[in-house]
Amino acid sequence: MSAATRFVLLAVVALYCVAPFLWQLISSLKPAGELLALPPLLPTRMSFAHYAAVFGDHAFARMIANSVIVATATTMLSLAVGALAAFALSVLRLPHRTAMLGMLLAVSMFPPIATVSPLFLLLNAVGLRDTLFALILTYTTFSLPLSVWLLARFFDQLPRELYVAARADGCTAFGALRRVILPLSTPGLLAAGLLVFVFCWNEFLFALSFTATQASRTIPVGIALFPGLHEIPYGEIAAASVVATLPVVALAFAFQRRIFDGLTAGAVKG
Amino acid sequence: MRTERGRERAGWYLVPAGALLCVVVLFPMVYVGWLSLERWSLLEGPARWIGLDNYLRVASDGRFWNALGNTVYFTVVSVLAELALGLAIALLLHRQGRGRALLYGVVLLPWAVPTAVSARMWEWMYNTEIGVINYLIGVEVNWLGSPGWAMHAAIAMDVWKSTPFVALLLIAGLQGIPGDLYRAAAVDGARGAMVLRTITLPLLAPVMLVAVVFRAIDAFRVFDTIYVLTGGGPADSTETLSIYVYRTLFHSLEFGYGSALAVVTLGCAALLTMAYVRLLTWRTQ
Repeated sequence: MSAATRFVLLAVVALYCVAPFLWQLISSLKPAGELLALPPLLPTRMSFAHYAAVFGDHAFARMIANSVIVATATTMLSLAVGALAAFALSVLRLPHRTAMLGMLLAVSMFPPIATVSPLFLLLNAVGLRDTLFALILTYTTFSLPLSVWLLARFFDQLPRELYVAARADGCTAFGALRRVILPLSTPGLLAAGLLVFVFCWNEFLFALSFTATQASRTIPVGIALFPGLHEIPYGEIAAASVVATLPVVALAFAFQRRIFDGLTAGAVKG
Repeated sequence: MRTERGRERAGWYLVPAGALLCVVVLFPMVYVGWLSLERWSLLEGPARWIGLDNYLRVASDGRFWNALGNTVYFTVVSVLAELALGLAIALLLHRQGRGRALLYGVVLLPWAVPTAVSARMWEWMYNTEIGVINYLIGVEVNWLGSPGWAMHAAIAMDVWKSTPFVALLLIAGLQGIPGDLYRAAAVDGARGAMVLRTITLPLLAPVMLVAVVFRAIDAFRVFDTIYVLTGGGPADSTETLSIYVYRTLFHSLEFGYGSALAVVTLGCAALLTMAYVRLLTWRTQ
């Protein structure tokens, strides 16, 4: 394959991947008058009116805040709970490791729709429906397979002597985890944390089912149910979509190597 | 003695994870089974135990079979397309030196964008009058509003969203193939297509299988894409199992029958998962 063909093909792939996002970005910058007509493809002048409308909307700010709170809290909780479990399975060599990791894998393959009705009724019964806590609880649990698997795999690669030496120097097992294992596992924690964060930021089914009002509505649900009964506010949807997407896009570019490693870790090495 | 006590304590580290899994996964699984044996509609009042009647209803429910057929069609077509396209992209990208970080970031983009938001983007592109797709190819197709097109429009979006994941898995697989093999093949005079057929594809086959099963399990539970793009319409032509369960639960408010449908969906997904586990054990042998 010649260098030129190769370059063209790479450009086609890149364009295919970014096109919908690019089109949304272009649409979000079009003045209202040009939005509902094609041609022109590109706006004749840039307008930030849709962004102003979105940021002026109290409900939108609330959705962003909800998503940030849920994703951040879940990521921290999932890493904490996941690190404890991975520590037991990897460093402490708890028996039945394979069976337990297999069970977690089964949970990750589970269709979430199967638990929606009981969880909905349960949350309703204990008065937790339409709260951020309900989402944090659900997301933390469903992200455990990811964090436990990735962290256990990472802990496995640390030299066991580190743990033994820490114990010999008088650390408790928990002390060894906190003072020795975790500080050395920053790359693993980062990879797992990134994937969990993206999962929370993007989750839709539970968020749609459990949230009823602005109190707990997250970004994907807000954008999917964007108000507008008769006239769909395409410009505002476009602007909101761009804003909602930017954080994960930034993460994808900044940490592409870590995400790549995290995503492919399980599949390739078995 | 000492290791025994150590192990006993090691169990405590699993308590938080175990508690969460019990409350959020295990208990609901048992509860959904129980619910599926009840006639319980929020519109009709108190629940009544009706044994397996809901399951009999599933078996003779044309809408269920339609949803199952749609789900299988969606899964098979999108996963095959993702495999083909993902392989092409992986072969193109895996030995790319310059601009590698940028390209990986770009390829990760469809994966990173929330699916519900992507669906809104595609809905806008699919628009009949002012959509960029119709404009660029010079037609006036009602992509999301015609039963023949809607499912394929949803598949096209899923392919866009999930191909990067497949491509990345395959790139990781390609990087695991020892370079010596290629050098030996070159010495023996093997070229392009021959190398692909005799070295790359056979050695990549295990990773391709894993990618296919991974994606199939995920595609089988498709919800976000279809909920936002078409809501299951037109005329139920894009209604998949997850969508049908959701509508039964939250639109018809039939928690008993919806739960039975959910259990059946879970059973189908379990079959796929078992296939995956068999695959893993077959690979390690």
